[in-house]
Amino acid sequence: MADNSYSWPKAEETSALGKRVNRIDGVEKASGRAKYTYDIQLPKQLIARALGCPHAHCKIVSIDTSVAEKVPGVVHVHVFEKAKPGSEIQWQGELIAAIAAESDGAAVEGLSKLKIQYEMLEVFVDDANLAAAQAANRATKGGGKEQTEREPGDDDDEKEFVTAEFARLFKESKYVIDGFYGIDAITHCCLEPHGATVAWNGDKLLAYLSTQNVSGTDEQFADGLKIAADDVEVRCEHIGGGFGSKFAPDYWGVAAAEISRATGRPVKLMLDRDQELKIAGNRPSAYLKVKLGADANGVIQVWDSEHWTSGGATGGGVPHNGVIPYVFEPKNYRRSQINIQTNLGPQRAWRAPNHPQACAITHTAIDDLAARMGADSMDIFLRNLGTDDARRIGGAKPSVYRAEIELAAKLMDWKAKWHPHGKGAAKGSVVDGLGLAIHTWGGGANDSNCNLKIHPDGSVETFCGTQDLGVGTRTAIALVLSETLGIPYTGIKVNLGSSKLPVSGPSGGSTTIGGVSESHRRAATDALAKIGDLVAKKLGVAADTLVAANSRIGVKGQPDKSLSWKEACNLIGMRPLEVTGSFKRGTPSPLSNSTVGGVQMAHVLVDKDTGVVKINKFVAVQDMGLVVARKQAESQIYGAIIMGIASALFEQRIADRASGAFLNSELRDYKLARLGDIGDIVVEIYEPESERSRGVIGLGEPPVISPGAAISNAVANALGVRVPVLPLTPQRVLEALQKAGRA
Amino acid sequence: MTESTIKGPGDPGFSRRDFLRGSGAVAAATALQTHAAAANQEGQAAGPAIVRGETTITLQVNGESKKVTVEPRTTLLEVLRTQLDLTGAKPISHDGSSGGSTVMIDGKPMSASTLLAVALVGKKIQTVESLGGPKPDAVVKAFVEHDALQCGFCTPGFVMAVRAFLDKHPQATEAEIRGGLNGNICRCGTYANIIQAAIAVVKGGK
Repeated sequence: MADNSYSWPKAEETSALGKRVNRIDGVEKASGRAKYTYDIQLPKQLIARALGCPHAHCKIVSIDTSVAEKVPGVVHVHVFEKAKPGSEIQWQGELIAAIAAESDGAAVEGLSKLKIQYEMLEVFVDDANLAAAQAANRATKGGGKEQTEREPGDDDDEKEFVTAEFARLFKESKYVIDGFYGIDAITHCCLEPHGATVAWNGDKLLAYLSTQNVSGTDEQFADGLKIAADDVEVRCEHIGGGFGSKFAPDYWGVAAAEISRATGRPVKLMLDRDQELKIAGNRPSAYLKVKLGADANGVIQVWDSEHWTSGGATGGGVPHNGVIPYVFEPKNYRRSQINIQTNLGPQRAWRAPNHPQACAITHTAIDDLAARMGADSMDIFLRNLGTDDARRIGGAKPSVYRAEIELAAKLMDWKAKWHPHGKGAAKGSVVDGLGLAIHTWGGGANDSNCNLKIHPDGSVETFCGTQDLGVGTRTAIALVLSETLGIPYTGIKVNLGSSKLPVSGPSGGSTTIGGVSESHRRAATDALAKIGDLVAKKLGVAADTLVAANSRIGVKGQPDKSLSWKEACNLIGMRPLEVTGSFKRGTPSPLSNSTVGGVQMAHVLVDKDTGVVKINKFVAVQDMGLVVARKQAESQIYGAIIMGIASALFEQRIADRASGAFLNSELRDYKLARLGDIGDIVVEIYEPESERSRGVIGLGEPPVISPGAAISNAVANALGVRVPVLPLTPQRVLEALQKAGRA
Repeated sequence: MTESTIKGPGDPGFSRRDFLRGSGAVAAATALQTHAAAANQEGQAAGPAIVRGETTITLQVNGESKKVTVEPRTTLLEVLRTQLDLTGAKPISHDGSSGGSTVMIDGKPMSASTLLAVALVGKKIQTVESLGGPKPDAVVKAFVEHDALQCGFCTPGFVMAVRAFLDKHPQATEAEIRGGLNGNICRCGTYANIIQAAIAVVKGGK
């Protein structure tokens, strides 16, 4: 116990780590007691509502607020800086003005009395159409890279060499696939919209913010308000959905504080549903044309692709670098990227940024290769992995993917269900199909600091400026402390969600579980060593003979040589023992690691008459290093798959080409999966000692990556026809069948 | 240079109008024209008259009489959340398409965001908070046991939907559960766990 180095216990020796337990804030959330930013109600609080620009591209000519100001109940009218006369608005929904009032109704009524003149400008929103984007001057080169296995000779012209080399490689390929694949943009669609409830106390700002970045948004508020960062406290006990879009207060959060400062009253400003979808984040679209060549075994020899992608009005999109083709690394490749600028809201990081799209537009091509060969898709994926010594794949090791594919195939009963593409037996108009895809993610631990307090009465609490996005961070922290201190996890108090707590990193990129596990294992180990020294002295034994388990500290196997946890804590003295735990991102550590692999398989039913696709069964096998909170980890995988089913089958942003309007920005039109749409989902965490011993690795991103490609491949297997662009709506399924003459 | 006269797809987002117009709720439609007017820069001159004035009414909420002050346009959701500190029902969508504000009115699940408070005098209003307390309802317990929640923002609405569905179908099969709970949206993807929670409640006979 005096050993102060940090490590995890072996799997068979754990008391809390990796156990299936109920989350500690479950009842609070399920019975409506948990308070979110939207729920905060402060004395004398005003409610503010904002008006979004009805036009996708326009200039603000004038704004007359005089009538709005006279509406009964209206207290304050705020015109946003970016909507001041003369400003250009680049996407529909961008906020023009906010009105703070005594009631919701008065605020909305006030908005209706704003008189605004717009000057209309040219609109472009057709991001799927490369030719149209080029004609409208909205397409720009986003870079590219080419690589050949053979090097040019000293006398060769490099360009000519590459061209000749690609020609040779395609000529020598036994199979050549020309394909087109795409995936439309989707929004984050957080059920709690972005927004803040704020109050001033003198010069100090208290901001309840729906955020994934408790420890980093105080400075952003301070920047926007020209005050000192230490005069801001950001709080977020619970957040209603954070999938990568909630790292900042945003200009409307800062505006809430400005309105509050101007009125001297607390203000709540939350986006409306359609503003949430229009302006608060979306995942870039991506469309790809590819020619790939493979040898007689289906091993890809050459990849040649061009893709176009749109991150909306502010540009950017899915990069070619690192993700095209996804995971697989052909020795010869040429890839180029085109960015399309539209008059739609700007992209934000969306769970596993770029990976789901890259997977959906490239693993489909690999499945088409299998279809062409008349081969089992799983075999073709396996043959392209390479070996651990001669890899053909990035991210996780080929041996991990191989083991996971075999496990998933067993759970899916793949071999029994498999039929060549388009050759399954039909039941009436319904055909079935199988598809798979694989994915990787880093998920290394983020910065995290915590302050662990052990009271002389034995109670334990921790203070950490992290946040729980709903993944069970509170519960995971309690389990780490429980494991380390040998006490039940249920009594441990986890305080998080304030910028006044020890700084922890933002929750993005699957970095939180690693970070908080690091800081808390370290703090608890150090605290236990201190208590252990006191216990050793009291018992007259050597400190390194002590263990903490079952709420006792003592010599292993000698019940008479032990103290209860409470008795041990009594030795601390009058004041609590306080220990800090710190971890800096990137520090090599036996406690955490990065890089996981996962495999997903879908079994679908497709009705050829209606074009409707149904998920029958879905299997996910996921590596995540050492599992901390097993039940919550499984929940996160289920959730990621269901999110993936939504974007594979239902979810898309639909924009009107003429006006640029985002047409389906309400939930009745923005189709998400519902409870009856998910089929049977089987989740298996792949945690052999070889992977577990690496330590804790984040899980948020990886399982959301593969569903699109796996489901698209399953539909292609069912129909014998590729439906090229996700989501696979009934209309698109029928169009693809018609095009192939199979309707 | 034009004054905006956008129609149809330019709707910046207040959608209760369409929903309520079709519902025959005349009072609702009138009161909520405020939202509609906000959607139309053109609709300023000839908008309908707005009925103003606050009135105090008594609502029966979770078995208690509660005095609240409302305007004709005040929704039940607004009253619960801003006057009664009952924030379990959530403002996820105006029109009830998310199920996020599900409460029970005389035992029937309804969206509090689509109900006007003045119309509910004399009705029994039950919110999710009534299922909590020191002895939580079986549905709440099953949600926790089956980890049928993540961020938790949709969860109260879902808990109410499941409670109402199982009150009506206490012997529901899995297929019936999958078919009968499609009025609520969860973005985190807790459906698989919710199905298991609902099955467990049926098995437990509660």
